[in-house]
Amino acid sequence: MSRKIRHNPMGIKLNRRNFLKGTALGVTASALPVKKADAGFLDTFFQEHFREMSKDEIEEVLTRLEKEYTETYKKSVSVQATPPLPGVVFGYGLDLSRCIGCRRCVYACVGENNQSRDPQIHWISVLRFKKGEKWSDLEESEKYYNPAKVPEPGYFYMPVQCQQCKNPPCVRSCPTQATWKDPDGIVVIDYNWCIGCRYCMAACPYGARRFNWGAPKVPNEEFNPNTHYLGNRPRYKGVVEKCTFCVQRSRVGKYPACVEICPVGARKFGNLLDPQSEIRYAIENKRVLRLKEELNTHPKFYYFFAT
Amino acid sequence: MLKICNTIVTPTFLFTILIVSFAAIAAGSDQPGDTVYPEAARPKDPGVPEFFVPPPPFTEGIFPCSECHAEMDVDTERRELGMHEEQQALKHAGPQQWCLDCHNPDDRDKIRLISGQLISFEESYLLCGQCHGTIFRDWKAGVHGKRTGEWNGKKLYRLCVHCHNPHQPAFKPLKPKQPPMRPADIR
Repeated sequence: MSRKIRHNPMGIKLNRRNFLKGTALGVTASALPVKKADAGFLDTFFQEHFREMSKDEIEEVLTRLEKEYTETYKKSVSVQATPPLPGVVFGYGLDLSRCIGCRRCVYACVGENNQSRDPQIHWISVLRFKKGEKWSDLEESEKYYNPAKVPEPGYFYMPVQCQQCKNPPCVRSCPTQATWKDPDGIVVIDYNWCIGCRYCMAACPYGARRFNWGAPKVPNEEFNPNTHYLGNRPRYKGVVEKCTFCVQRSRVGKYPACVEICPVGARKFGNLLDPQSEIRYAIENKRVLRLKEELNTHPKFYYFFAT
Repeated sequence: MLKICNTIVTPTFLFTILIVSFAAIAAGSDQPGDTVYPEAARPKDPGVPEFFVPPPPFTEGIFPCSECHAEMDVDTERRELGMHEEQQALKHAGPQQWCLDCHNPDDRDKIRLISGQLISFEESYLLCGQCHGTIFRDWKAGVHGKRTGEWNGKKLYRLCVHCHNPHQPAFKPLKPKQPPMRPADIR
């Protein structure tokens, strides 16, 4: 191999190998946004996929995020990574004969899950349909109704959120495996691995996923400091988010926020594997439907009619 | 011999006491024509959940009812009441219902089932369940009405009257929260 020293106009003596090495390093370094190149940024940049991290690595990430969020939101923030409970598959029930379309659930969800206020993101859409008309086509529904009082005579309401499919098309469409279905049936997203391609949004037949078009903004005083890594922790600009059945609550035994706020008790939640659960009672005793069953997505979100 | 006596006599003696006390209890509860039996002896509905959000939502200052009613004569006549304006417009089962169908004329601090049993206001679901049997069944299973707390543990139930005014049980319309922004308005 030739060790010929090349002479350049600046008089620096470099051999070919060192020159190439230096160039490669320089190019790599310039690809990183240098302004943000503190230790935290590099840790984030080289962070592994959530499911490939060891317990210690996850712990390290959580600590780092807690510190970061505590500084940003000026309050003590906890970031958990509570694993799925064994022997639990979550199911959700929504009583269409009771829902009055008051949208309390929408805003309880926004508050609990730290959804961006500006640009606005809502995980739940409440759709209004005229009674007696064909309503299987969700496109025909009204989402922006705003009467003085609900329920309005002659209409009924159907809230739609992530259906936590057993066979989720969004998971299959993700090119980076940033979204997956956990053993308790919740479809979760690692916001650090989402590249924002929005294939999952195109794949979801329920329109349940939301994209952060801008940097999400949540006022400090409204920020919910009880967060989960795969759920309601702050999101980044350019990532997709969606309902997780309030993973930070349901995995520690609590009802999701939308269940607790519903003034008419239309929302039911529980373990599909527990024959004594409310959701099993509803499925076994009431008239039940799942949205777009023909698509073979097997939603775990059951709409029912109690009357 | 004494020892043997002791061992035989003591159990026999105890047994006799037991028998006597059982007989006494039986005699005490066996009063002819008495349909009202003490609360502790009433068979509990096994399906009724343990957890509630107490107490019943009384109008302020209205309970105990006996504070006023103890002094008053019972008038069973259906009429306009001079008191209880909030209940003037009784909209529950139309003309078939009247105050004393549920309220007990003799002990006003209790409500009365069709059987004549008196129950406390904390157990008013038993009263509602007499007519609304299917709803009562769903409520016990956790499907009718609101639950808070833990999906796999301690649940907080509400009484029927926490959500439904018993005198006008239809749900009152609410003001909806503001609609979402249209995509065109999101900048």
